Amino acid sequence: MAKVKVRIPAPLQKITQNKQEVICEAVNIKELITDLERQFPGIKERLLDENGKIRRFINFYVNDEDIRFLKHDETSLSDGAEVSIIPAIAGGINPR
Amino acid sequence: MSYVLGLKCRECGREYPKDVLFVCEYCFGSLEVDYDYANIKKLFTKKALSERPKTMWRYKELLPLDKEPTVGLDSGFTPLIRANNLARALGVEELYIKDDSVNHPTLSFKDRVVSVAISKSREFGFDTVACASTGNLANSVAAQAASCGLKAYIFIPADLESGKVVSSLIYNPNLIGIEGNYDEVNRLCSEIASKYRWAFVNINIRPYYAEGSKSMGYEIAEQLGWKLPQHIVAPSAGGSLITKLWKSFKELEKLGFVAQVETRVHCAQGAGCAPIVTAIKEKSDIIRPVKPKTIAKSLAIGNPADGYYALDAVRRSGGYGEEASDEEIIEAIKLLAKSEGIFTETAGGVTLAAAKKLIAQKLIPRDESIVLCITGNGLKTQEAVVKALPGLIKIKPSLASFEEHIKNGEKQKIAENKVIEYYI
Repeated sequence: MAKVKVRIPAPLQKITQNKQEVICEAVNIKELITDLERQFPGIKERLLDENGKIRRFINFYVNDEDIRFLKHDETSLSDGAEVSIIPAIAGGINPR
Repeated sequence: MSYVLGLKCRECGREYPKDVLFVCEYCFGSLEVDYDYANIKKLFTKKALSERPKTMWRYKELLPLDKEPTVGLDSGFTPLIRANNLARALGVEELYIKDDSVNHPTLSFKDRVVSVAISKSREFGFDTVACASTGNLANSVAAQAASCGLKAYIFIPADLESGKVVSSLIYNPNLIGIEGNYDEVNRLCSEIASKYRWAFVNINIRPYYAEGSKSMGYEIAEQLGWKLPQHIVAPSAGGSLITKLWKSFKELEKLGFVAQVETRVHCAQGAGCAPIVTAIKEKSDIIRPVKPKTIAKSLAIGNPADGYYALDAVRRSGGYGEEASDEEIIEAIKLLAKSEGIFTETAGGVTLAAAKKLIAQKLIPRDESIVLCITGNGLKTQEAVVKALPGLIKIKPSLASFEEHIKNGEKQKIAENKVIEYYI
């Protein structure tokens, strides 16, 4: 189980009690989302669609690498990794 | 009288009021205008249309204004030309050019979206309009803001063609060249849009703005006698045009204006900036952003805002995508000019070059009807072709000199094949 830092985008910080960064324990992104939901109930349905797939306009980055170019939600995490969740808004709003 | 019910998320379907909103706060999907089609059907009939002026506003029930339009009243209803010479050159039977290179007022299809966006912005009470643009949008926002006395802030990559820059500056907007590519301009504009209370036509007004493109599809159907072509080829930058062409056809089907839509929508991009075409060809669900490198600067968007929806439209319609190299773009611009007498900009060259390749690969069968969307005017991108043209032949003002030229004309033409740089 790896301990990782997760950056939360502003629109989702209401769910994380205004925390911009949270700590999760998970071996991959799929588990990370499960752990996030355990800590902050309600966050999962904002990140995943009704089929359990990551929503099209939510991007996950592991150490600045887009997981769509790694192994999607199977992308594995190692201790100390940094995960960013960034909404990719059509029309291009600045994600930061 | 408005038929707009509100806005709806294209991803999760959540509903929002018709306001200055563009992103679903729940799932971050983009918002789209939702219409009351049942009521539109009662008034919007072929008979009613036959009595209306030949502009895009003849389809006003399907455009997202609450009041009558206040700018761009003469936009749209551009010619649909039966292109027999070009058809012969390409070896196809039935080919049409939808010629938005002569759209009013600024000679590109962007006049459609801007007419809607600025009319809507005035409904919302904005006194300043703005945009991030690769050129044509800038021209149209600058001109149409001037026509109704709004302030305009326009952001473009600093390295655009001089024709595009001059065609904005002349209307006296606040024109700002950004040292970066369009995607960087767009990102900056998103930050500005969240800080300043301006109507950014392609950011916070985007759901309304984008609907303007549908008028091109309605016109094509009406100009073909309420029939749809079997194929339509259109260029993609942000991906909005092909998304909305497809939507326009589906709406006409829903309203009973045309039979079941069987049109294949094909996407054309420049070879150095083809994120949507790449996803089509690789059958990928992911659009990988690229750093643009193409002479088709108007299409140089590496991170297309509506890329996924464009991909959906192409796939659902059974269409394909093709990309054109710089040389192919220039050749296609020349081919369209010498076969049909239409001078298009680089984006039009991309469309024709891509169509040519799709035909050669038999992805567009030669005996099926084809419409090419020519979206911009060649006078604005002269740099792109000037080096590929023969130089100006000069003679003395005498009959003898002329006859000498006629005799040696062809030889001379080849010998003097030099660039006329003072033209640009």
